[in-house]
Amino acid sequence: MSFPWARQYEPTNGFMKFMDEKLPLPRFVYNAVGAGYPVPRNLSYFWNFGVLAGFFLMLQIVTGIVLAMHYAANAEVAFATTEHIMRDVNWGWLMRYSHANGASFFFIVVYIHIFRGLFYSSYKAPREMIWLLGVVIFLLMMATAFMGYVLPWGQMSFWGAKVITGLFGAIPLVGEPLQVWLLGGFAPDNAALNRFFSLHFLLPFVILGVVILHIWALHIPGSSNPTGVEIKKESDTLPFHPYYTAKDGFGLGVILIIFMSFVFFVPNMLGHPDNYIEANPLATPAHIVPEWYFYPFYAILRAFTFDFILSAKLWGVIAMFASILVWFFLPWLDKSPVRSGHYRPLFRKFFWFGLIPTMVVLFICGGAPAEEPYVMISQIATAYYFMHFLVILPIISSIEKPQPLPYSITESVLGTDDDAKMPAGSAATA
Amino acid sequence: MIRIGGLLIGLGFTVVVLFSFLNGAYNYATEEKVGAPEYEFYKKPAKVDFQQDGPFGTWDLAQVQRGYQVYKEVCAACHSLKFVAFRDLAKIGYTEAEVRALAAEWQVPGIDPNTGEDILRPGLPTDNFPDVYPNDVAAAAANNNAIPPDLSLMAKARGDGTNYIHSLLAGYGPIPEELTAKYPDFETSTGLYFNEYFPNLNIAMAPPLTATDQVTYTDGTPATVPQMSQDVAAFLAWTAEPSLVERKQTGWPILGFLLFATILAYLSKQQIWAAVKPKKD
Amino acid sequence: MADTESEDGVRRRDFIHIAAVGTAGVGGVFVVLPLVSQMAPSADVLAESSTEIDVSAIEPGQTVKAIFRKQPLFVRRLTPEEIVEAGETPIADLRDPETLDDRTKEGHRDMLITMGVCTHLGCVPQGAAEGEVKGEYGGYFCPCHGSHYDTAGRIRKGPAPTNLVVPEYAFTSDTIVTVG
Repeated sequence: MSFPWARQYEPTNGFMKFMDEKLPLPRFVYNAVGAGYPVPRNLSYFWNFGVLAGFFLMLQIVTGIVLAMHYAANAEVAFATTEHIMRDVNWGWLMRYSHANGASFFFIVVYIHIFRGLFYSSYKAPREMIWLLGVVIFLLMMATAFMGYVLPWGQMSFWGAKVITGLFGAIPLVGEPLQVWLLGGFAPDNAALNRFFSLHFLLPFVILGVVILHIWALHIPGSSNPTGVEIKKESDTLPFHPYYTAKDGFGLGVILIIFMSFVFFVPNMLGHPDNYIEANPLATPAHIVPEWYFYPFYAILRAFTFDFILSAKLWGVIAMFASILVWFFLPWLDKSPVRSGHYRPLFRKFFWFGLIPTMVVLFICGGAPAEEPYVMISQIATAYYFMHFLVILPIISSIEKPQPLPYSITESVLGTDDDAKMPAGSAATA
Repeated sequence: MIRIGGLLIGLGFTVVVLFSFLNGAYNYATEEKVGAPEYEFYKKPAKVDFQQDGPFGTWDLAQVQRGYQVYKEVCAACHSLKFVAFRDLAKIGYTEAEVRALAAEWQVPGIDPNTGEDILRPGLPTDNFPDVYPNDVAAAAANNNAIPPDLSLMAKARGDGTNYIHSLLAGYGPIPEELTAKYPDFETSTGLYFNEYFPNLNIAMAPPLTATDQVTYTDGTPATVPQMSQDVAAFLAWTAEPSLVERKQTGWPILGFLLFATILAYLSKQQIWAAVKPKKD
Repeated sequence: MADTESEDGVRRRDFIHIAAVGTAGVGGVFVVLPLVSQMAPSADVLAESSTEIDVSAIEPGQTVKAIFRKQPLFVRRLTPEEIVEAGETPIADLRDPETLDDRTKEGHRDMLITMGVCTHLGCVPQGAAEGEVKGEYGGYFCPCHGSHYDTAGRIRKGPAPTNLVVPEYAFTSDTIVTVG
């Protein structure tokens, strides 16, 4: 928006002219995701995932509204109405499987989106606000997904609700009354199920609102790019439409093929068999696990097993929340003037050989039973996780010597840039 | 400030979690390893080739119908099938008249139209399979405190459910000698039965399929125990997901369409980008 | 995007874009189909769309209310006098001209089976149970907007446009009626 060469919207006929005067929505869209938004010309396919996340949010809202037409949030019948959807409602199985797997795919694309941001340091100035809003979206997604998982009222739903609200019980003094208040009872039942349904319906629209803010904030500095070099001139950019609409369309096709393969051929692979057993307050499943996308955080929660001033349980709860809250401070923890991991040799090593394996290990340990050696492994991984963001990242951002940056995006794409007055290497400290 | 605070917090978490680690490692190193028979002798379900398996699988309707017969004559004594309606049986190859007749073989709760009293009446196609016990207390009381689970979703409620049902039903047997040799104390308490396909090796269900020809199949298939257990597993795979085959058959044209659309999208994208891509000379 | 492309190139390029966007549009239509059809009656609702009624215990002059597709169904055994009276009503006077024979089955002229749903705006007319207002023509009376039906369930006075609807039904035996 702030680029002087951005194309200007021109209404092509009388009706559009009328619209532009009375309600400039077409102009708004044109400037947001149309030809009026100049985007770096060198974006890789990792930049597709923001649009894909938006697609899965819309998919979840549409299928969710459909499911809500047939579902009843009452502990007596919730499980039965879910089966009613699966068996009797026209295309009900397709709606439910799309919604259940859609949640998983929403998290997959959002995780890729987040880790793309981490590698390219997209959180750095001037994009701090985009990043902060993104973390808010992620927290809202976690709350929404957790409450959605409770709704079918299977065994994992019930015990997940009990265990997660039990985390609040770890807070000293107010914990237990808080848990009872959250559940509206002493164990999950109608009251909890109804409020979870209500909030599960509400929160996606809150997410949608924050997504709009996220995109708004993005349009102020413009999109980041794989070199991390800011846009300097028109030849660095391409209009969003048709270049990135076409690229996003292709990316959407690829992800839809993968998504639909899950929905139609292995729809229960990402779920848990125990959730096809109706909730039973008198029998706990042998092995309670959250949905797969929470495994890393669940591993951090369980890594604390030793009372040290505070109870181990409270440490686990604090660490789990802290593991996400730490993302809020990233823009100020990482002081390196260079954004892209491509030009940061030390950062790159810690990213690929430290952070990513740690996340994989935490993922595996979070899904494994709480037994040795998984617990010990998850403890090492948890220690690294906090070290990475709070200790290693600030230190390497001070001591690292970045590699030379290209003069401009144009140079990185074409190999040369006639405007480059200085040799490319000296721009690294710019 | 943020960086110093972050450093302290990061080190703090690290120290605390390392305390947990040291504590766990010490316990792990010093505690005596006690083996558990249920880890060593539990067996994963054996793989059976069911016709509905795989991306092109379809129901073997004759098998599913035989499975229904096993369910009705054996399982239904204790296990309900409450999410399945008699009308659903039309989907496994019964005609409308046959469904009506099959439904009428079951007694479902109703009310006397004249007095309003609770009675049992013959089932109608619109009824669901009836509960076996009036409530969980009655179910537990009649079964040595183990409530027989509803079977509607059993094939999805266990890992590798269809194979699990078959393996479990055909998997009763004596305690293997290696187990007794290694764990002389291991025994199956009264009222429980040894089954190596059940997670803790002791199941409360008495062997339900015990003899060849326990069920006399109407289609003349020899009713061996493995045959019956496979048939009822196929039937329960169907009750768990009646739309299984329809789902896979819907999937193929949709995937084909998506592939076509994605190729077009790729070509279109290549065309659009051709002019601005750097020329590779 | 360059203007220097040959005419053929332009055509081929446009064709691919049109095909891609068109295919996406077709996909969009496919998505709408299940979203629309999920709101149609589900299998359990459709399965209950037929009802069996035993009419053997209904006395002449008596009306029994049954339920058909979650709506009331009036099953009425007409007295001989009512049959005569219905036959004597001049067809030309009727808003929705139908004879009693049109509205009953051969061999069961005394069994009048109609929906208990006023054809005006869907209220349940009175007159089926003892003591209810039967209206000026002795049949049914809809209190919502004052429609009067005669003993053959035909509209005689008031805003309703047509006679009480006779659903599809058949006698599966002398005493059992299957509706729907």
